[in-house]
Amino acid sequence: MSQSADQIPGRERAIELALTGAEYDQIVELLGREPNEVELAMYSLLWSEHCAYKHSKKILRRLPTEGERLLLGVGENAGAVEVEGLAVAFKVESHNHPSAVEPFQGAATGVGGILRDVIALGARPVAMLDSLRFGYPSSERSRWLLDRAVAGIGHYGNSIGVPTVGGEIHFDPSYESNCLINAMCVGIADPDRLMRCAATGIGNRVLLIGALTGRDGIGGASVLASTELGDDDADKRPTVQIGDPFAEKKVLEACLELVDADLLVALQDLGAAGLTSSASEMAAQGEVGLDIDVARVPLREADMEPFEIMVSESQERMLAIVEPARVAAVEQICEKWELLCTDIGEVTEGGHMRIFRGEEIVGDIPVTTLVDDCPLYDLQPSPPAEGLYPAPPVELPETADPATTLLALLAGCNIASRRPVFEQYDQIVQARTVRRPDEADAAVLALEASGNRRPAIAMSIDGNGRRVAADPLRGSLDGVLECAANLACVGAEPLGLTNCLNFGNPEKPHVAWQLVNAVEGIAQGCEALAIPVVGGNVSLYNEGPDGPILPTPVIGMVGELPDAERCAGIGFAKEGHAVAVVGPFEPSLVASELAARRGRAPSGSLPQVAAELILAAQQAVRDGVRSGTILSAHDISDGGLAVTLAECCGASGIGCSIELDELTDEALFGEAPGSGFVISGELAAIEAIDGARVIGATGGSSLTISSEDGGFAVDVEELHATRENGLRPYLP
Amino acid sequence: MRIGVVRFPGSCDEADAIAAASAVAEAELLWHGRTDLDGVDAVVVPGGFSYGDYLRPGAIARYSPVMTAVAAFAADGGPVLGICNGFQVLCEAGLLPGALLPNNSLRFICRQVDLTVERTTTPWTAACEAGEQLSIPSKHANGRWYADDQTLAQIEANGQVVFRYAPGQNPNGSLADIAGVCSEQGNVVGLMPHPEHAVDLLTGSADGLKLFASVLEEGSSVPVS
Repeated sequence: MSQSADQIPGRERAIELALTGAEYDQIVELLGREPNEVELAMYSLLWSEHCAYKHSKKILRRLPTEGERLLLGVGENAGAVEVEGLAVAFKVESHNHPSAVEPFQGAATGVGGILRDVIALGARPVAMLDSLRFGYPSSERSRWLLDRAVAGIGHYGNSIGVPTVGGEIHFDPSYESNCLINAMCVGIADPDRLMRCAATGIGNRVLLIGALTGRDGIGGASVLASTELGDDDADKRPTVQIGDPFAEKKVLEACLELVDADLLVALQDLGAAGLTSSASEMAAQGEVGLDIDVARVPLREADMEPFEIMVSESQERMLAIVEPARVAAVEQICEKWELLCTDIGEVTEGGHMRIFRGEEIVGDIPVTTLVDDCPLYDLQPSPPAEGLYPAPPVELPETADPATTLLALLAGCNIASRRPVFEQYDQIVQARTVRRPDEADAAVLALEASGNRRPAIAMSIDGNGRRVAADPLRGSLDGVLECAANLACVGAEPLGLTNCLNFGNPEKPHVAWQLVNAVEGIAQGCEALAIPVVGGNVSLYNEGPDGPILPTPVIGMVGELPDAERCAGIGFAKEGHAVAVVGPFEPSLVASELAARRGRAPSGSLPQVAAELILAAQQAVRDGVRSGTILSAHDISDGGLAVTLAECCGASGIGCSIELDELTDEALFGEAPGSGFVISGELAAIEAIDGARVIGATGGSSLTISSEDGGFAVDVEELHATRENGLRPYLP
Repeated sequence: MRIGVVRFPGSCDEADAIAAASAVAEAELLWHGRTDLDGVDAVVVPGGFSYGDYLRPGAIARYSPVMTAVAAFAADGGPVLGICNGFQVLCEAGLLPGALLPNNSLRFICRQVDLTVERTTTPWTAACEAGEQLSIPSKHANGRWYADDQTLAQIEANGQVVFRYAPGQNPNGSLADIAGVCSEQGNVVGLMPHPEHAVDLLTGSADGLKLFASVLEEGSSVPVS
């Protein structure tokens, strides 16, 4: 080894790089010597929480990962399920901490990263969805984060020609210093051409495709993603990557051409921890070694050190394993797309990652020690003694009458229309979008016609931190069921889910308790639906000086429907239809939007309705939508029945008259996500649906809700305008 | 009838333009690096972000080799349609009047809009009725059509305004609600909204098909003035 490689950075440097002393000792033991600078940099990243899942891996084993329709599961760049002979690939990932530091580039590169995960399977990305969390928009910082993150998502997704078809945004004070940016990508591939990431074939070449390697994002995974945020975040700005969607567009088209021409052995994107992570994962999956020569890596800055090249998180780069005879053909396609394609190494026997600078070896690590030997920690879960989250400010008096309350909820930041956001996204490019945002509870994308049928896929992304805070297990189970309810509303059957677990510091017992129970809830949801988790991401240490974020497991679900001609929307179809509620709906104000607006902390017991009853209702809705008897369907979620009805009216411009047994806060504004639906259609057909309780009829220009004791009416135009304009002031 | 759809690095809507054109004719992609048009009868310059829209939308793409061939084809009276980024490219290339500035909101806006057909004597609007309204999605960040007073007066007088946003629906602050214009000869048409995304009722509207049907109706028989 050379002079520079011989320099031993030592234990203190390891701790600066966010490893623990004990972890450093373990590295020394595994290597039989102290690591040099390059090696230590590589360990510090691959042994970070972000890459190694060291606090979550053990509990994640609880999640079901097998399914009848599963083509590719956990461990690959993204998961995939089979639909109509196609592989539908999908995955959600977080980019929280970079976005809290620099929201535009943080969010943009979050989109870029998840796109590359799907591209790495050889799939064409066909849809993006986002799940965003911010503090209340009354805060200037939250408005800035919202505005810039949305602009960043749009900038990247729009420029690359992938439609953003859905998403959700929630505001809560707990996200004030730690916003969440979760992005989900869905892609379509030929199942016979699905790429894997395992490097195989001793002597095969390692090609780096795409952008130049620079100093951006060095240490992003360990410094940003695996520690708590604090006051000196501006200093971390250089660790945020800068996105170039044009470069990614060329990477996308070139990679799909390469896959189409069958020129690749394996493909992997460069994400967190850059070349280190991609190369070692490919080597580990293929049970081979890799020689990488950093001197051949095309650089943006000439004087980069080997460790910087190995850990740079420069965007828009892919790593491909190619048989030597096919290298020229690969180079030719890359040249057509004006992309760099550089042979930087070779697949070797013996299972070592050897890093060269020209002839000189600057690092030599057994691959398994990087990827498999990171210590996994047991959590010490313990429920908090008292509520973790302070009560939010009171915005709505308990004494407000129902009509005032309804309008206040519709205008509120958590329920108001997201139009000012989703209008900034291209929702339609690629010409598959059957249901755009706000038209239905799930996005619907048509596939190729099959005879006179237009099969389609549907997708939804959802999460409710308040409910998970109140009851991590039930709240998370309900989150899964709500996603399935969204799919049922467009007639779709769930096939699989991806999750992003956004939590605080897992080394704190109460956060560990939230995490363990949330995973249990998701697992129970999967078991009830008989679907697997196909992949996902964990984002921990989401805490600021004021404490942890609400525990926020985000679920992205994909399903199929036989015919896109029959996928109901939210809006009533026409006047004179019956309106009914379906499902074992037991509304509660615990952790509801109304409770938050009234200044109540998210705590209390959630309704514990049996999942089988909920799924039976979802089946009834799905069947009704598919058969055409249900002509509008909307699941009752944030804001309860009254808000749901207002949305059905607003989306169609058609009023309705509703008769309820009582007009209590629970009946009007109580929530029980996933378990109740508002549907409409011809009276006889609706009455015939098992479990449907007809509560009124469509018609007129107002939403009228009454009981024996009285009632209230609000003009549909006022409902619609109130909801439409709620978020506008924050995104002028 | 064969319609060629230009593909630049960074084009995004070229596959959708091919699909729309295929509904009425044969369609093929024309790689930006080629210097001929493979003998096609009509050319579509599609939407997207050619060269990342770096510098200015269309400013780099106009120098692509294929654009020389497109300009010659246009000069010969060949039908050329520029959609969104394609419109920007054609303006940058001087084949259409005016320029496309950032939307007055400074934001990307994706919205279904109604367009009024102002001129039907172009190869891309021959199948429309004068004054007809078409429901077409619009999605762009730089779509505010602008020209100096003299140019505006001239193209209004020449009848070179092909599409206007319906009253109250101008999404970007375009002058005189102009959504699309044509060359003096009428054979080159550009518009910001996306007719290729309005060819299937299932995805929202089929009104955009009329533009593609028009070129079939006219075929290559557009008179060269």
